[in-house]
Amino acid sequence: MDTDKKLYDAIKESGINFLLSVPCDMIKGLLEIIDEKKEIMHFSVTREEEGVGVAAGAFLGGKKPSILMQNSGLGNSINAIKSLLEIYEIPIIFIITHRGAEGEKILAQMPMGKITLNLLDCIDVEYIIIDSEVKIDEIVKAVKKSTSFNKSVAIILKRTLWGV
Amino acid sequence: MKRYDALKEILKNVHDELIICNIGFPSKELYSLKERDQNFYMMGSMGLASSIALGLALAQPDKKVWCIDGDGSILMNLGSLSTIGQYTPPNLILIIIDNGCYGSTGNQKTHTCNKTQLEIIAKGAGFESIHLIEGKEEILPKLETLGSGCHFILIKTEPGNAKVENIPLHPISIKERFINSIGKQ
Repeated sequence: MDTDKKLYDAIKESGINFLLSVPCDMIKGLLEIIDEKKEIMHFSVTREEEGVGVAAGAFLGGKKPSILMQNSGLGNSINAIKSLLEIYEIPIIFIITHRGAEGEKILAQMPMGKITLNLLDCIDVEYIIIDSEVKIDEIVKAVKKSTSFNKSVAIILKRTLWGV
Repeated sequence: MKRYDALKEILKNVHDELIICNIGFPSKELYSLKERDQNFYMMGSMGLASSIALGLALAQPDKKVWCIDGDGSILMNLGSLSTIGQYTPPNLILIIIDNGCYGSTGNQKTHTCNKTQLEIIAKGAGFESIHLIEGKEEILPKLETLGSGCHFILIKTEPGNAKVENIPLHPISIKERFINSIGKQ
C-alpha cells in the first residue's frame, strides 16, 4: 500500500468527513484518491483563510472538517484561527505540507518553511509531525484529542514521508 | 434606507432560516431587532461570513441558510463568491447590505461607492440568480418569491448605524445554542 493511500485511510478512520483544499504538489496523489473514492465530501477553495471559514461553517452544521494546505497558507489563515476558531472553540484539523524544509528546491518557500513550527507554537496550535509512514497512525489520535479538547490541531506532512 | 431599515424588512420574512451575520454593527443591529438561537453573530474574522454560510449550507443541505454580509467584508474575501458559484448550494442566499463604507470603523469609503459593482462580480462568479435592490419596499416581496437556489441579493443603502448595544453573549454560547437550534429543527 503506498503512502497516499495510507494517509487517506488514516484521514477516513479519524472520522474527518468534510475536506477543504488548496493544492500542493506533495499531496496531489492524496487529492486524487479523495476525488476518486468520493467517500469524503471535498471542496476546493480559493485561499486558505476562506477555507477556514468554510470549515467552521461545516462544523456548525455537524461535520468534522479538515483543511489541506501548504504551510504558506498558514500565514494567511492566522486571524481566522485566532478570532474565529479559538474564540468559538471550533476544532479544525489542519493538514499542512511543510514546504521550505527538507528537500525544497524553491527559494521563496524557505522563509515561511523556517518559521512554520514556531508560528504554530506562537498561535497555540498543537501539531504532530508525520515524516515517515510509521507515524501515519498518529493522525487518528491527534484528531481524537482535537475533538475532545475542542481545539484545532495541525498535522505537518514532511517531504521525507514520500521518501524524497 | 439604512442598514437597520433593510434588516427590519429582511427579518419580516424570517422563519426557521439559519443566519450567519457579519461582524460589527450588522450583528449588533440584528441582535437588537430579532435575537434568536438560529443567529450566528460573528465576533471576529472579518470577511468570512459568506464562507461560514457556504460550509453550513453544504453540511446541512435540508436547512435554509441566509448570510447577511456587507460590502467591506465581502471585498476582503471575493474568492468566496467564486467558491459559492462553483458549488451553488440550493439552500443558500447571500444578502449583501452595501452601504459603500466600513460602517463599524468610522464610515471610511469602500470601493463599491465608486466603481466596483458586486452584482456583476457575483454574476461572473456563477450564482444562479442576482437581485439588485434599491428601495426598501422591494425587499420583502423579493424574499417571499425566491424559491430554492443559490441566490445573491445586493441591497444598496446609505451609510449609518443604529444606536444599539454590544452583544452580551460569549462566542462559545453563540456557537452552542446555534448548533442546538439546528438539532431541534
